[in-house]
Amino acid sequence: MLAFVLRRLASAVPTLFIVVTISFFLMRFAPGGPFNLERPLPPATMENIMRTYQLDQPLWRQYVTYISNAVQGDFGPSYIYKDNTVAELIGKGLPYSMELGLYALLLALIGGVTLGTIAALRQNSVLDFSIMSLATVGTTIPNFVVGPVLTLIFAIVLSLLPAGGWGDGSFSYLLLPMIALALPQLAVFARLTRGSMIEALHADHIRTARAYGLPPRIVVITHAMRGALLPVVSYLAPCAAALMTGSAVVETIFTIPGIGRYFVLGALNRDYTLVMGTVVLIAIFVIVFNLVVDLIYGLLDPRVRHD
Amino acid sequence: MSSRLLKLSAAALLGSVLFAGAPAFAETVLHRGNSGEPQTLDQAQTSINIEAFILKDLYEGLTIYDAAGKIIPGAAESWTLSDDGVTYTFKLRENAKWSDGSPVTAQDFEFSFKRVEDPKTAAKYANILYPIKNAEAINNGKAEIATLGVKAVDAKTFQITLERPTPFFLELLAHQTALPVSKASVEKNGADFVKPGVMVSNGAFKLISHVPNDSLVVEKNENHWDAANTKLDKVIFYPIDDQAASVRRFEAKEMDLAYNFSADQLERLRTSYKDQVHVSPTLATYYYVFDGSQAPYNDVRVRQALSMAVDRDFLAKEIYRGSQIPAYSLVPPGIATYGEPSKADFATLSQLDREDKALALMKDAGYGEGGKPLEIEIRYNTNPNHERVATAVADMWKNTFNAKVTMTNLDVSSHYAYLQEGGKFNVARAGWVADYADAENFLALNLSTNKTFNYGKYSNPEFDALMQKSYAEEKPEARSKLLHEAEALLSRDQPVAPLLTQADLWLVSNRVKGWEDNAANEHLSRFLSISE
Repeated sequence: MLAFVLRRLASAVPTLFIVVTISFFLMRFAPGGPFNLERPLPPATMENIMRTYQLDQPLWRQYVTYISNAVQGDFGPSYIYKDNTVAELIGKGLPYSMELGLYALLLALIGGVTLGTIAALRQNSVLDFSIMSLATVGTTIPNFVVGPVLTLIFAIVLSLLPAGGWGDGSFSYLLLPMIALALPQLAVFARLTRGSMIEALHADHIRTARAYGLPPRIVVITHAMRGALLPVVSYLAPCAAALMTGSAVVETIFTIPGIGRYFVLGALNRDYTLVMGTVVLIAIFVIVFNLVVDLIYGLLDPRVRHD
Repeated sequence: MSSRLLKLSAAALLGSVLFAGAPAFAETVLHRGNSGEPQTLDQAQTSINIEAFILKDLYEGLTIYDAAGKIIPGAAESWTLSDDGVTYTFKLRENAKWSDGSPVTAQDFEFSFKRVEDPKTAAKYANILYPIKNAEAINNGKAEIATLGVKAVDAKTFQITLERPTPFFLELLAHQTALPVSKASVEKNGADFVKPGVMVSNGAFKLISHVPNDSLVVEKNENHWDAANTKLDKVIFYPIDDQAASVRRFEAKEMDLAYNFSADQLERLRTSYKDQVHVSPTLATYYYVFDGSQAPYNDVRVRQALSMAVDRDFLAKEIYRGSQIPAYSLVPPGIATYGEPSKADFATLSQLDREDKALALMKDAGYGEGGKPLEIEIRYNTNPNHERVATAVADMWKNTFNAKVTMTNLDVSSHYAYLQEGGKFNVARAGWVADYADAENFLALNLSTNKTFNYGKYSNPEFDALMQKSYAEEKPEARSKLLHEAEALLSRDQPVAPLLTQADLWLVSNRVKGWEDNAANEHLSRFLSISE
């Protein structure tokens, strides 16, 4: 298994390299630049800035400089948030995004799997129907609607919870953004679990287990769940990467100081280095979580074990 | 490490929250919504007003704006101007000190101004100080930094020599780019001088902490010369760029001030919060520019006709819900040294009369119904309000001239890059927010020599000549007259169609005392206080 992990990590290097290269040139080919503002700068000022940030050099040289610095862990200064380097900005914001994302992931996973299982066990009942309707609603209502509505009810009308900000980081500040972030994913997990659970419950080995007279709880949790979780686990990787690298929408609505917004703001502002930094980060998260998920997959399904 | 970092910052925040909440300390805290994250706290790098709000609380320039937006003495207690109008001699306050207790000296100002003009600094607003002798040449790398027209005569006497008389120079000195830095601190700390724990400032407040996208905390600077009159102990700036989120936090009483909210909220907020809602006309103009280098927009009649056919009342009332004001001049009202702007002559007509006149002009020019077909593309930067304006204007031109109007939108960066690089277009949206309260700041956009801002490539020697004369004119009345004559030409030629005078929208809690709306949109926290 160690060999597998090492092989996968080694193959991640060219993947990252390709991601970085494509992003670098895509960013540069977008019209405008980090210093084209609503208020344009006088040409001489622009020249001074271009020289200072070495943006006046040929693109290939900028690329070589960027790659060689990035390999050494230097992602450069942010062109827009000038008092900080990209590493500083991400370093400051990432803990907030990760903490919030982790809670949201747990909520989505536990809530979704539980609801999905209940729905599957009571297939075609009122309960199943209600849960699945809720899941449909959860996937279709975007969190830029859910977020403000939650704030309106709990912060403005009832004055129970803060309307936004990280505050002291206590649970009261995290609750609403966590729910807004988790809800769509929770719905996906519920649907996935229900579908695969229904299938699993009809499998031969479950019928056999039942015929042996095993208690229903054991049948479901020990035997059916194992197979039913496979699609859930596959979805876990992209979901975890997305949640833990922050959501621009939820962070903006609840004014959370995470990194989710840097990706969007960076792209809009043509903050080349900041976009590159977040791209690399997200790529690493996706690669790592995919690896973790493949390992978990092996535990659940002996046929794909990585020996 | 990340979780420790998180706990540390959480603990710091918790500390400040507890501190604020504990009645034993009886701290007066202003919770100030600021509509975005500052990109920098370096006065040489700053370019936007959300930075200015913070920097002007932290630092004090030679001149400052009072609560009503008028220029008053700041770090300088007085000044004299030489008879030829080019040499200012500032007397710095004896008791002006940095937050570390060291005195604010003329050497600090000399150092700061030279730093801004040094090409290596790459200051975005270096041009604010171009009226200073040799500043532009230095900034363009054509002269030595030592030749800048600034001199520390002694520790408390600072002399500035200008290229030529500049009637609005005291306004420029109140810009955030002209704020001083502590020479000692910058020399010691380099680029880190802006960081909390390092920054030394001479304003009414000092920097305590800064968590990007969460909060920036400043505390009263006991070393400020006027600290006795600073009523707030602490100001917390919340950098919220989402307007709806900002309103929600104001409504949840988590913020005392919220800056800029969506115009479609205006009616609802007025109903709920009445006089806590402030709509303050500002020195900013929303306009459409015509590409005068191509037909048919090189024909003055076409430009006049298109401009006249725009129902500005509709834009102001229906699209902006009264949060903006119809504009008929590029220079907005509210500039003390200029008075009433020279509006376009059709400003006095009713919209129906304007349309009749517009039709006649267009027919004269040979376009529209019965003439050559009129195909217009409106370009604007992506934004829901700009889209609504463009849609409405397109409709007006369709109805009046039977024109075929299309719309193209690009994100703000691409939009302005295209215009700045001299790209060809038909009609494009643009906006201008004053850097300083002077008509020249708006009129100079249309100088034929202005390669960056003159998107429509307007070129009128008569206009250029009047502007040149105004730069040499020392007497305020005569200068104002020249500027009015220049603006009258713009109002006649309509190289740009001014559409709206913008307004700043503020939510100001009843707790806040000392607030005054002003066109300069200057609101130093030191003039504010809190009462329950």
